[in-house]
Amino acid sequence: MKIFATYNIKGGVGKTSTAVNLGYLAARDGYRVLLWDLDPQGAASFLFRIRPRVKGGGKALIRGTRPVDDAIKGTDFENLDLLPADFTYRNLDLILDGAKKPARRLASLLAPLRSEYDVVILDCPPSISLLSESVLHAADVLLVPLIPTTLSVRTLDQLTDFIGGFTGKRPQILAFFSMIDQRKRLHKQIAQELPAQRADFAATVIPALSLIEQMSVERAPVTAFSPRSQAARRYSELWAEARARAGLSPSARPGPAD
Amino acid sequence: MPDAPPDLVPEAAGVPAPPDALTDAPPDALTAAKLSGSGFSLVNGVHGARRTTIRRTWLDTFDWRLYRAGLTLEQVTGRGGTELRLTGRDGTGVAAEQFQGAARGRAPRWPGQPDALPAGPLAERLASVVGVRALLPVARATSAVREQRALNDDAKTIARVTADQMSVTYPAAAQLPERLAVSAVRGYQAQASRLAGLLAALPGVTTDERPALEAVLAAAGRRAGDYSGRIDVQLTAGMPAATAMASVFTTLLGMLEANVPGTISDLDTEFLHDLRVSVRRTRSALKLAGQVLPRGVRARFQPEFKWLGDLTTPTRDLDVYLLGLPDMTARLVGADEADLEPFGDHLRRARGRAQRELAGGLRSARFGHLCRDWRDALDEAAATTRRRPTAEALAASSIAAVHRRVLTSGAVITAVSPPESLHDLRKRCKELRYLLEIFASLHAPSVQWRAVQELKGLQDCLGEFQDTDVQRAELRAFAVQMMDERRTPAQTLLAMGEIAAGLARRQRRARSQFAGLFADFASPAGRARIAALTRQAVS
Repeated sequence: MKIFATYNIKGGVGKTSTAVNLGYLAARDGYRVLLWDLDPQGAASFLFRIRPRVKGGGKALIRGTRPVDDAIKGTDFENLDLLPADFTYRNLDLILDGAKKPARRLASLLAPLRSEYDVVILDCPPSISLLSESVLHAADVLLVPLIPTTLSVRTLDQLTDFIGGFTGKRPQILAFFSMIDQRKRLHKQIAQELPAQRADFAATVIPALSLIEQMSVERAPVTAFSPRSQAARRYSELWAEARARAGLSPSARPGPAD
Repeated sequence: MPDAPPDLVPEAAGVPAPPDALTDAPPDALTAAKLSGSGFSLVNGVHGARRTTIRRTWLDTFDWRLYRAGLTLEQVTGRGGTELRLTGRDGTGVAAEQFQGAARGRAPRWPGQPDALPAGPLAERLASVVGVRALLPVARATSAVREQRALNDDAKTIARVTADQMSVTYPAAAQLPERLAVSAVRGYQAQASRLAGLLAALPGVTTDERPALEAVLAAAGRRAGDYSGRIDVQLTAGMPAATAMASVFTTLLGMLEANVPGTISDLDTEFLHDLRVSVRRTRSALKLAGQVLPRGVRARFQPEFKWLGDLTTPTRDLDVYLLGLPDMTARLVGADEADLEPFGDHLRRARGRAQRELAGGLRSARFGHLCRDWRDALDEAAATTRRRPTAEALAASSIAAVHRRVLTSGAVITAVSPPESLHDLRKRCKELRYLLEIFASLHAPSVQWRAVQELKGLQDCLGEFQDTDVQRAELRAFAVQMMDERRTPAQTLLAMGEIAAGLARRQRRARSQFAGLFADFASPAGRARIAALTRQAVS
């Protein structure tokens, strides 16, 4: 089981869009995928038409009084399940603080799902907190969407330093530019230069496209409702890079006979 | 899906099939109308309408080992390739194997052994249940499946509803009524159950609790588990013995005939095993209770069944050897496994020759006449007007007589008695066992069970003694043959010598256990267990 996490300290940079589309693409490749919507705003849950509610709330999940797999819901897509958001996730830091080894808690909660899922994607809320630390410890690959500004690159460096201080397992970082505005020269320049210079950058960039925003109207991944669009093609390229970074083969297993 | 609701069967006029050219069309009007106001709606799949045709083959062993273990093995072939699915009786997935893309051509062909499957959980699980038996198609059907999604009022898919129009092609052609199945999406079991309830309440829809295989077999006039190696004859204490024995012999003849095609085709070794057991039971019953048949019948058929038994012996002896060879090889200490390969090859060649002779015998006019004439004779016997003796009296007297013979033969066996005396006792024990099985329906199950268990312990010991004795003698004969062929390496003969030593050790162990087991069997308590059967009968 490979764990991916979409993470950025900032909000509105494309974390959820990435998580939802990569989750769909991984499932389409035949991987058994679980997407955990950790953001109390519940955007990923909304996009899959799943009510953002978990019985017992985040406390029951984190403390283990309710098994994680009890809360899992199937999406409309084969092989793709969702652990929905819950408004109580806003207190996950506090709940984690009361748990043993809080920084390792998410990893230990996910461990029993190894036989059930090949890929887990954690869609994180924008913050730097005990929860994000627990996510960073659980993840194999950290997908970091960045708006192409000098400041966001600096934030990435801070994150890299922070992870560098971990003992034991460290996630690989795969940063990529998101919401690129093709009309802005600075965007285009940074998006062209940095991926060529740094190993932790994906070659793929995700442009700012209205079709991606359309996901909240269609309530489905753009890769599902418009699979031949530019947006879908870019997410497919990004998934291919992320998959290779995690050491996964292009196709997990053939889908069911039809 | 663990809590799958049962399938629903709409009557022809209940839920009409959608138009043939359904693409993105709405669900059929009647269902839609009935579901309106329920909060549910049925729509086509995310990628449009999904209509598929699949070929389905259900597989099991001849004696239904998977079915008896609560398992169902189904091979599904569609456009995407082939999938083998092993499920529990409730449809829960146990293991699966897919043959798609490049692996498509590697899909197994049936009948065949499960070891033809790629190594993995499915092959492993099947091997543990199926043992040495081959998997055979028990039913085939073609399914035209239409799948729709059931949405709740958030337009979220909560279940997939499939309408399956199945045409059975084997074991007989038959058409099944369309079956609707509701498969809950994970986390939406409660809503899916409510939907299934609504669909079940539609006029003309009935609930079918049976798994698909059972429905298919029923439509084709067959029943899962309709063969086993046990004698399933219901006798009553007061029925005329001739009628009872005609019924027993007819059942045994049915079992014998059922195993002929599999033996001729050499699908697995158990067909021949069961065929031989039927012949031996028939011969024992003829010898010990055949006097109740019309005059001359026993004398006429005894030599024919002896011929049949003898015909089957060489192949079975070689089967026993070949089945035991891996275990014998694993126990080698001095020799190497590879040393025995020429011996294995020799056995397989010999078996090939024996099998051809056996198949020829089973295809012969003599065998055909035997089965036909025997059935005619049994039909005549069943119509007897002789009321005496009764089945109960025959059971009691024949069991008591053979029991006496077992006790007499066993009592004179000492540590220095020749092997033949133990072989003879083994035959008497087998005769007693067959009588207990044949007349089982006349006895209380618990009394019968206790008697059989003790006898079985003694039989196992005698069987081990005789099998190892015969195998040692055969091993010597094989060694001579192989020397004559002048192709056998010395290390093979040395390895065979090691096997012979192992067989001698096993034989000595069996002999040392015999006295204790026989003493238990012949003890007052042991005698009482058999005596209870000859006194007590259940009508």
